[in-house]
Amino acid sequence: MASGVRPRVKVPKSASAGETITLKTLISHPMESGQRKDSSGNVIPRSIINRFTCEFNGQMVVDVTMEPAISTNPYFEFDATVPEAGEFKFTWYDDDGDVYEDTKAIAIG
Amino acid sequence: MTKQVKSKALIALGFAASTFALATAAQATDPTDPLVVNGDLEIVTNTAAPAHMDMIDTIQSGWEFRSPETQDLQRDDFDNPGMIFVDDAREAWATAEGSEGKSCASCHGEPEEMAGVKAVYPKWNEDAGEVRTMEMQINACRTENMGAEALKYNAGDMTNMVALLSAVSRGLPVNVAIDGPAQATWEQGKELYYTRTGQLELSCANCHEDNYDNLIRADHLSQGQINAFPAYRLKNAKLNSVHDRFKGCVRDTRAETFAPGSPEFVALELYVASRGNGLSVEGPSVRN
Repeated sequence: MASGVRPRVKVPKSASAGETITLKTLISHPMESGQRKDSSGNVIPRSIINRFTCEFNGQMVVDVTMEPAISTNPYFEFDATVPEAGEFKFTWYDDDGDVYEDTKAIAIG
Repeated sequence: MTKQVKSKALIALGFAASTFALATAAQATDPTDPLVVNGDLEIVTNTAAPAHMDMIDTIQSGWEFRSPETQDLQRDDFDNPGMIFVDDAREAWATAEGSEGKSCASCHGEPEEMAGVKAVYPKWNEDAGEVRTMEMQINACRTENMGAEALKYNAGDMTNMVALLSAVSRGLPVNVAIDGPAQATWEQGKELYYTRTGQLELSCANCHEDNYDNLIRADHLSQGQINAFPAYRLKNAKLNSVHDRFKGCVRDTRAETFAPGSPEFVALELYVASRGNGLSVEGPSVRN
């Protein structure tokens, strides 16, 4: 796997039912595009995160296809409406088959 | 307060390009808002100049010269890309290295216990009989106490560790000593600051004292303060050390530069740091 990959997620601990909250996610990843060459002229193989998803209690919130032009350490910020207490599950899919996951619970109150 | 340039906003948004359609519009706050990190850590970004400065009355952090979008990245640690590298350093802090089987944490405990250290560096070291920068002290710890190999002066690992030590000192006033045994080094740094170099015959002062806030190409010149280093630059997506910045500046005067870690740059760092006495430690900062 790409080295030093660390997912980070920021979700409020609680929200009122039906409230729209802002979620922020950041994963440290080199996002090597496959277009660059090393000092001896060989192409550096592509190694990116190609998909990012966020689910809430099993229901898809966002499903993103990511392309090589996306820069290092991809950051996503988006809004979601929270109907009930539950758990956000974040998943990043690496080109090399690795899957990075993080979950955050949110309470109603 | 700084004049704003449209193109700056575009550079800042370039970083956020990975957010594309999903992102909520960046909520640029009022540029006159003071810098408060995470809603509770107040950072002094301008204050009265220290007594030794003749030409400038108010010293300003480089933060004040950046666009609102770039400034906002520093208001929340989650938005600050420099904190990724601080997290890396936190891991290194607790990792034992070298023949003694010690980590930084073995002697120093949590990184938070080092609060205030960054604020007084570069600092005279009595035993070594020299002025030491943060980097020199880290390497002294590594070679003398841990039995580990010294890190390259401006290597990523080194700059990340300096960023960690800076992060735990954020909000504390820079207060480097310029008298006593450090004075000779400080005088040397001051002379370097006012010495013109290169084909363009520019000294540090020509830009950062005579022309700060004026445009240099599309960029606002800052006062050249280093209270906010290491700085995450949007242009190279990594933390940049003080000496790397010095090197870049001297190169821009079309001169042969001193090497990072050289005695000249150490002296210059002490002098430039002393010009920021009173500003808050702010690193890791975000700059374009």
